[in-house]
Amino acid sequence: MASSLRTLPRRVFEGFGYSTRSESVFAVPETVDELMQIYARASEESIPIHHRGSGRSYGDAAMNGGGLILDMRRMNRLLDFDPEEGIVETEPGFTIEDLWNCVLPHGYWPTVVPGTMFPTLGGCAAMNIHGKNHPQQGGFGDAIVDADLVTPRGELIRISPDENKELFRAAVSGFGMLGTLTRIKLRTKRVGSGSLEVRQKPAASLREQFEIFEEHADQCDYIVGWVDCIHGGSEVGRGQVHLANYLESGPKALGLDLDEQALPASIMGVPVGMVGIVLPLMQHNPGMLVANWAKYLASRLSSQRPYTQSHVAFHFLLDYVPGFRDAYRPGGFIQYQPFIPREHALRVLEEILRRTQRRGLVSYLGVLKRYRPDEFLLSHALDGYSLAMDIPVTRSNRAELFALCGELSDLVLEAGGKFYPAKDSAMRPQDFLRSYGYDAVERFQEIRREVDPQRIVRSDFSERVGLESD
Amino acid sequence: MKIRTAIVVGASSGIGAGLVSALAARGTTVAAIARRKSSLQALADSCGGRSNQAQGQASVIVREHDVLDLDDAPIAFDEVVEALGGSVDLVIYSAGVMPEVEEGEYNTAKDRNIVEVNLTGAIAWLNLAAAHMESRGAGTLVGISSVAGDRGRRGNPVYTAAKAGLTTYLEALRNRMSRYGVHVVTVKPGPVETDMTRGTAQPLMIPVDRCVRGILAAVDRGCPMTTYIPGVWRSIMTIIRLVPSAVFRRTNI
Repeated sequence: MASSLRTLPRRVFEGFGYSTRSESVFAVPETVDELMQIYARASEESIPIHHRGSGRSYGDAAMNGGGLILDMRRMNRLLDFDPEEGIVETEPGFTIEDLWNCVLPHGYWPTVVPGTMFPTLGGCAAMNIHGKNHPQQGGFGDAIVDADLVTPRGELIRISPDENKELFRAAVSGFGMLGTLTRIKLRTKRVGSGSLEVRQKPAASLREQFEIFEEHADQCDYIVGWVDCIHGGSEVGRGQVHLANYLESGPKALGLDLDEQALPASIMGVPVGMVGIVLPLMQHNPGMLVANWAKYLASRLSSQRPYTQSHVAFHFLLDYVPGFRDAYRPGGFIQYQPFIPREHALRVLEEILRRTQRRGLVSYLGVLKRYRPDEFLLSHALDGYSLAMDIPVTRSNRAELFALCGELSDLVLEAGGKFYPAKDSAMRPQDFLRSYGYDAVERFQEIRREVDPQRIVRSDFSERVGLESD
Repeated sequence: MKIRTAIVVGASSGIGAGLVSALAARGTTVAAIARRKSSLQALADSCGGRSNQAQGQASVIVREHDVLDLDDAPIAFDEVVEALGGSVDLVIYSAGVMPEVEEGEYNTAKDRNIVEVNLTGAIAWLNLAAAHMESRGAGTLVGISSVAGDRGRRGNPVYTAAKAGLTTYLEALRNRMSRYGVHVVTVKPGPVETDMTRGTAQPLMIPVDRCVRGILAAVDRGCPMTTYIPGVWRSIMTIIRLVPSAVFRRTNI
């Protein structure tokens, strides 16, 4: 290894939203031994460390300015797979794509997948990510059978819902602050085919979206709402809800072969190859107004008969057009995603949409999802809803945008709401405390002091939300 | 933009030493980097005498470093950035060597040293500074190239090649970083009265302080451009670049 960690190669890392950047040295460990050596060296040289997988966190959660980034993508081996039970054991750099490629031919699908197939399982576990089926399956962490955690002190600890239970509950949802998950053993779900049966229901307002969710959420395998965040008035929050169910094998269903799971060749009638060219021309408020109108009208006019879609086409919307983010350069974008308890969600989300519209800081894409509470220490899950909004950042709107986010966050937190590190760019220290609760944050910091007494692990996110300032 | 902090690499003599003095006199806190610690210390003392050391503030920080030691560059960079308060507004790479090359001499060891000091060292330091500035979205990088890099000259093939490489590298950095608000200035002085040119008769030779003034004026203008010092070299080199190779090789330029 290098004479000093400071002499390792360095680079500027960006968040997935391109709106935040910082510089770090980086190392690419391939084995648990190498990883432990890096921890030991970092402790000698007092260099802060943080993890990065595929860099799919929108904000600064996988960044560590002035410190060392552990690029986990080379620790990506499949350690074991039991085709009888659908249980997979992998290293943390194994991705969601690797996972479904491994299990689908045997008739399984991951219990929880995000909107892109590229995140690593280490990142998914650390963030306790969710999919479009949280009310049915919970978060990613709920599928973990057990895992190994290498702490910054250099111990390897087996954690599971039964063994070192508290550390398990804190490490899953602990956004990588308690050490590195070097082995993850995961349950997957039996599926009968490569297809889902999807229905779409237009909703003329946010209230209608909620009615559809409340009526159908427990009768389908997946449910997600697309929200037009630009249209206002009495139809604020209109859009469409997609409901999907696993399809058993049959004449309409795809088989389990991987090559049947191709991403679609066009999106809203535009060939995928062209989208990267067309999108920058549309990526401003008037353009997105038209696009959202068109999408809503199309959903009203199209037939509501169920159709079948491959798992990949249904889930991985973000991967259709890999270059979609480039249209937001150079300022990038943030994803603002509040989680709000069910009883207040409609009122607060309507108010949020109206305020963003009044300020002209609108989201170009809004995604509504439903959740149930879970047991993890810094969990973002609750009995309620989240609305994910992609808002462009420019040199001139930056200050105003973050001021607006602060104002919106006050509304969210007064309603007992939460935020989510994998998406967040806007939480302030007081927001973090209110989001997870003072006691939970205090307990988290106590556990951190036990496993990382020298406080080797830090990130730009942990710094921003005040976890480094006590 | 006000330049509060600067790093000058190759600071113990010539243009680098002149830059350190001039910056310190303007109230910039400067990290002076060079191989010769004793001359660095003398320089720091001379600057301290007449600037803001009166207010108990060290205006010049010194760090011994050999630009051939690529492993030490990031360590030295991090050290001085920390000493400068965590960020640096201006980084100037001014280390350079131009040994005499005789007719008929083809000495790879000597040539390698020319490339490493003039080009590789510049890349090492300016890469570090570029990452630092790109993530902050502000700052100015300066490379001291030379009019010598505008043509391949029979008198010193590798020096001219290294300077041409430096010029192109700086242009690429500028193209890469302007969108993040970072300026990159390419300086192309003609002959300057330094140790490098001692004992040689050169056309349009200028004293060090004139060159230093020219560099800092370009930095202050914030123009992401190439600056010839003195400016007349721009016209001269435009003409010299147009001379066809078949003619150029018959000259002694």
